[in-house]
Amino acid sequence: MPEVELEARSLDFYYGGHVHALKAINLTVHRKGVTALIGPSGCGKTTLLRCFNRMHDLYPRNRYGGEIVFQGKNILGQDTDLINLRSRIGMVFQKPTPFPMSIFDNIAYGLKLKGIKKRMDLSEMVEQALQHAALWGEVKDKLNASAYDLSGGQQQRLVIARALAVKPEVLLFDEPTSALDPISTAKIEELAVALKKEVTIIIVTHNMQQAARMSDWTGFLMLGELIEFDRTNKIFTAPSEKLTEDYITGRFG
Amino acid sequence: MNAEKKRKVESFLALLMSTMAAAFGLFWLVFILGDVLAHGIGAITPGLFLNDPTPPGVEGGGLKNAFVGQVLITLMATFIGVPLGILGGTFLAEYARGTKTAHVISILADIMVSVPSIVVGTFIYAILVRPVGHFNGWAGAVALAVIMIPVVLRTTEDMLSLVPWTIREAAFALGAPYYKVIIQVVYRGAATGILTGIILSIARVAGETAPLLFTSFNNSFFSVNMNGPISSLTVTIFQYAMGPYDEWHAQAWAAAFIITIIVLALTITGRMIIKWRYK
Amino acid sequence: MPIIQRKNAADFSFSLITAAASFTIVLMIGGILAVLVRESGPAIEKFGVIGFLTSTDWNPVTKSFGAATTIFGTLVTTAIALSIAVPTAVGIAIFVTEIAPNFLKGPIGIAIELLAAIPSIIYGMWGLFTLAPIMTKYVEPALQHSIGKVPVVGSLFQGTPMGIDLLTASVILSIMIIPFTASISRDSFNLTPSVVKESAYAIGATKWEVVKNVVLPYSKLGVFGGVALSLGRALGETMAVAFVLGNNHQITSSLLDAAATITVTLANEFTEADSDIYLSSLFYLALVLFVLSFVILAVAKFFLLRAGRRYSR
Repeated sequence: MPEVELEARSLDFYYGGHVHALKAINLTVHRKGVTALIGPSGCGKTTLLRCFNRMHDLYPRNRYGGEIVFQGKNILGQDTDLINLRSRIGMVFQKPTPFPMSIFDNIAYGLKLKGIKKRMDLSEMVEQALQHAALWGEVKDKLNASAYDLSGGQQQRLVIARALAVKPEVLLFDEPTSALDPISTAKIEELAVALKKEVTIIIVTHNMQQAARMSDWTGFLMLGELIEFDRTNKIFTAPSEKLTEDYITGRFG
Repeated sequence: MNAEKKRKVESFLALLMSTMAAAFGLFWLVFILGDVLAHGIGAITPGLFLNDPTPPGVEGGGLKNAFVGQVLITLMATFIGVPLGILGGTFLAEYARGTKTAHVISILADIMVSVPSIVVGTFIYAILVRPVGHFNGWAGAVALAVIMIPVVLRTTEDMLSLVPWTIREAAFALGAPYYKVIIQVVYRGAATGILTGIILSIARVAGETAPLLFTSFNNSFFSVNMNGPISSLTVTIFQYAMGPYDEWHAQAWAAAFIITIIVLALTITGRMIIKWRYK
Repeated sequence: MPIIQRKNAADFSFSLITAAASFTIVLMIGGILAVLVRESGPAIEKFGVIGFLTSTDWNPVTKSFGAATTIFGTLVTTAIALSIAVPTAVGIAIFVTEIAPNFLKGPIGIAIELLAAIPSIIYGMWGLFTLAPIMTKYVEPALQHSIGKVPVVGSLFQGTPMGIDLLTASVILSIMIIPFTASISRDSFNLTPSVVKESAYAIGATKWEVVKNVVLPYSKLGVFGGVALSLGRALGETMAVAFVLGNNHQITSSLLDAAATITVTLANEFTEADSDIYLSSLFYLALVLFVLSFVILAVAKFFLLRAGRRYSR
């Protein structure tokens, strides 16, 4: 059994203080693997994902209950350094979100935040990140071009490169391919599977086939509860819960 | 005439009137601009820019002091007004987004945009001229800044709000604190829009006369001392046009022509930047 | 989504700086009100409120001042200007949105924006040197000889046509606010969803009927807001009117007489006031104008907000 990267213990979450969106979730995310979160719309999978990098803290009156343990420490505590946390647990969003800057500056942004200033160091790390995101070949001659010049699929890989540049330990993907065409989607899935050797990946997807293709572990949520969590091929061939089976076979969702 | 024919005729007549209204409106544009051009271009000589005013009847007078003064006052107003406007708009669109306070301040700013500029002049007179004892250029600059701030603040607020929220989240997700997100990412995304807002606000105050009438007043001599009365092109136009001398009238037309060109150039530039950027 | 960061010191400072900057708006309005009230104090004490607003006196020698004449001038010029400008502006807006071929829409739109950007002093000067002579030589005598002969209405056109009068001032003012009103009306008309217009055409409505029965009712709030906004602007306009109104403090029934508005009086007399009560009365006028404009602009904003809210569904 591979090591544990992140563990949610009896995690609760309340939007605006009183909308009970996550109910006593117990979930173990294993190191260097792909964990997928699936479930019907509104089930809480994105809400759960955003707990891991405490994105909810940006908005008033959101409240967590329980714990999330990352490398021995509970990251839901008041004393957690959010800025440090977010450089170790990165996020890729549904719509590609390149910054209004050049391709180089986009990737370098997170590095500059960490205090890396020397041009040589930045260039090296930017190239590394772009190689990792399988984008280097396509952009190496136009690093100073605007990021908006890239296609949607390329922009999403740019965003992944940007997140990778700061060498996070975990990468959170929030439905990363739902706004992309099938070819770009395939490329991103390939990329994620290749990345899992170095980064722990948690991906939220409403596309079950994608979860089945890409992930090692799958969690099925419904109405804020974690119904079942197990190895992917078990979930998709012989689920233990009836609800899971109903969802997998398309009875609802 | 059956009912249907009647309706068609009615439609035709009504639309004809609209077209005539449009022609009427455009006619004035051409007429006024053409007039300003015709009257003004005759008096444009190098002397206009290089010489200071001479007593009426004496040849060779120019408006150097007025040009310099206008630039000085407008520049100072911009230095005061633009930063305050941008920072204020940032607060409304970012830290205070969605709050009641932001909503109220935004509405008040909108009202201030259209408030009579001569009232602003009387206000500044009471607080910056009378206590000092004499007219001064700073008072004029502040009066113009008071007019600029609401304009810049509202455009900044609108332009910042156009930047999609997810871009901010992406920057947060990399571990950036909010102020860095604003300055390094959001400002860059809204830069052209904010720039246009600045250009348009300068165009707006460059042509203002009323707020300067009792603040910077006027000065028939060349002066760049902002602590005393400073000449401005607009106030000079007012004085010269209302005066009895023909040379004064000619110079007033020339000055009017120059101001019109500058204001129109700024306005067109501003609009073109927006069109090009948000195509 | 307010995010006041308390943990990061730099963030806290930046949020404070920006908050302070936005607060200058409140300071401005409060400051103007407070200062104007303070400065009008002596005049308020001497003349009262109703007394000042209804007194037609304006005598620097006897030191007796009242706002009635300037309020009269302000209201008359604004009313006439709006009655000319609003139909014209709406007509222009209809032309640009419904009639003009696509290639014309852009240039005419730009022309309107340019007209709106021309500084008011240019209008004023042009009014003095070009329009006033035309009014004196052709328009006003023509009006006198035609409508001037009609009983009752004719009294509007009595007196010697000098060009420097309420009529000329109102015409200049109307030309000035046409582009502004047209621009706002056009924006309001453009908010009508094409599907609604198309359904009307599909029933067989003529173009005018679509405008009258679909576009105009739909943009009612926006157009009202635009008109109120133009009203607010016209009230506070100084330079366009200052050259051709004459600053004659009187209430008159003839449009061919000179008169005074609050703004023109301020422009002409503020630096000449030779007694404290004179200056205080001028501040009092400014206060009246400020309150009046503020109220009208607030009403305009109210309409425009309602219009915006309705459309963003």
